[in-house]
Amino acid sequence: MHPLIISDPTLRDGSHAVKHQLTRENLELYSRMAEKAGMAVLEVGHGNGLGASSLQLGESLLSDAEMLSICRNNLRRTRLSIHVIPGFATIHRDLQAALELGVDIVRVASHCTEADLTKRHIEYVRGQNRTAYGVLMMSHMASAEVLGSEALKMQGYGAQAIILMDSAGAYLPGDVTAKIQYLCSILDIPVGFHAHNNLGLAIGNSLAAAEAGATILDGTARGFGAGAGNAQLEALVAALHHSGRDTGIELYALLELAEQAEIAFAKAPKLGSMSIVSGMAGVFSGFVKPVERIAKEYCVDPKAVMVELGRRKVVAGQEDLILEAALTLSQQA
Amino acid sequence: MYTNQLNVAILGSGNIGTDLLIKVLRSPYLACTLFTGRNPDSRGLQLARELGVQVSDRSIDAILDNPGCCDIVIDATSAAAHIRHYPLLKALGKFVIDMTPSQLGITCIPAVNLQECLDSNDVNMITCGGQASVPLAYAIARSQQEVSYIEVVSSIASLSAGPATRINLDEYIEATEGALRSYTGCRRAKAILNLNPAIPSIDMQTTLFAVVPEPDMGSLARAVEEMVARIQRYVPGYQLIVPPVIENGRIALMVKVQGLGDFLPSYAGNLDIINCAAIALAEEYARRSLNVRKGG
Repeated sequence: MHPLIISDPTLRDGSHAVKHQLTRENLELYSRMAEKAGMAVLEVGHGNGLGASSLQLGESLLSDAEMLSICRNNLRRTRLSIHVIPGFATIHRDLQAALELGVDIVRVASHCTEADLTKRHIEYVRGQNRTAYGVLMMSHMASAEVLGSEALKMQGYGAQAIILMDSAGAYLPGDVTAKIQYLCSILDIPVGFHAHNNLGLAIGNSLAAAEAGATILDGTARGFGAGAGNAQLEALVAALHHSGRDTGIELYALLELAEQAEIAFAKAPKLGSMSIVSGMAGVFSGFVKPVERIAKEYCVDPKAVMVELGRRKVVAGQEDLILEAALTLSQQA
Repeated sequence: MYTNQLNVAILGSGNIGTDLLIKVLRSPYLACTLFTGRNPDSRGLQLARELGVQVSDRSIDAILDNPGCCDIVIDATSAAAHIRHYPLLKALGKFVIDMTPSQLGITCIPAVNLQECLDSNDVNMITCGGQASVPLAYAIARSQQEVSYIEVVSSIASLSAGPATRINLDEYIEATEGALRSYTGCRRAKAILNLNPAIPSIDMQTTLFAVVPEPDMGSLARAVEEMVARIQRYVPGYQLIVPPVIENGRIALMVKVQGLGDFLPSYAGNLDIINCAAIALAEEYARRSLNVRKGG
């Protein structure tokens, strides 16, 4: 079995929770303390990853280069990781510069049925002698068999691990077990799981993933992340230790990290009505904030907008459709 | 022997090339005299054979061996392949229409600069998202004092994106951003592409966002309406579904593009808009050439 790796995207998924306005001080503090706590991997950037700062998804306070440089300076043992979605980030405009700044791990992501979009980015990262993972986003939308064939494509391009993302927080523990077991049975490389807490299942689903063979688990301090947030890192690590698994993380240093992070910026996300509806509708958690804003502007029920988006099977990145859906609903009203 | 049509060779037998074939066969001004790809068993080559069109599986070599077969070459391969084809086709002196995001040649948006493209012999059709968005970005820039940022987001159906489209995602973004900058004069531009696998397949949709310090919404609405009407002359399924609004401090507007359903079903508006643009260009070139021949 591959060794268990805890990967911490507090400074990436958490960007969604503050509309991508993490400050220099936030990044300084968190990266320094993550190194001290023995975190294996720290993922940094705009909520939707490299090159994603936009009107569509929200503009970052700091550039990709600024965020990566700050963290790079503070990390020695902890590896620096980024999330990269082809269609948003290009090799020439974004990825090349990120590798020059010293990124160790590049998680190349696509919607869960579109793995062939990741080929060039994964091959480029491997060609530059860095670690490349393949990430299947919104993976609740495809069957285990479809996920398997997409993951095999990524493995073929050179991905060194496959991460299933429950981007909408829509999984039940049984789905996690079935899909992770299937991927572990057909892949040669490690399998990971990235949970969201829309239905309050982030920790439970992460443990189910570990039990089913996942050896890379994502969690964030206080669960700081899009919508209802991610698996709460401190609780996840504690629960894993409790179940006899070693994470290499110093728990008390991690608890201290989470406390300091919460004081500074990482407010524990609320499992509110809109997050629950997004989980039920199977819509990406990052839609919660813009749906609330636009629904208010057009005087429509934000839940109805979310359900409409779910009906259309929108994928992460299609935030522009919120406006059209809200406008359409307001005209029907 | 002169006919009332110009001869077209289509290079590339994927989704784009095969859809172009159907459109060329329907055109009163164009005839397809060669349809050439690489894979003899491809669906495109099979269909062309059934339609009685001269086919080859020798890609560009079929044109190089018989350069007299055509007046116009439409290259529907990939950006990397077009960069290899470019000097070879240039040497033959054909009117070349490049469907790939190669960023070579003069770019063409028929609703904006059709006439000037006729005097070039290497015309690039940018990208599907570019054909949908650049004319609107141009309308925004023309109707506003200052535009400080333009962003374009397109969503297309997974089933409408063939292997070359997928492998050319970075080139798509770079070519679309380049055209947005050059047609608007705005220095900052961003292009984003989403593929959505929902079944039934989604229609192509494109959203434009613009940051305009002092927006004049009245003149913007008129400029956009007028541009949409110009595009509809060659892309019948092009519709404005969200007229310009200000939301969250930015201008937003959205179009939907339904295709003619020639090779792929009507959801593939992305395929249709770039192909309709190429046909509009080829027909205009043919009309002009044929007039010169008649007159001469």
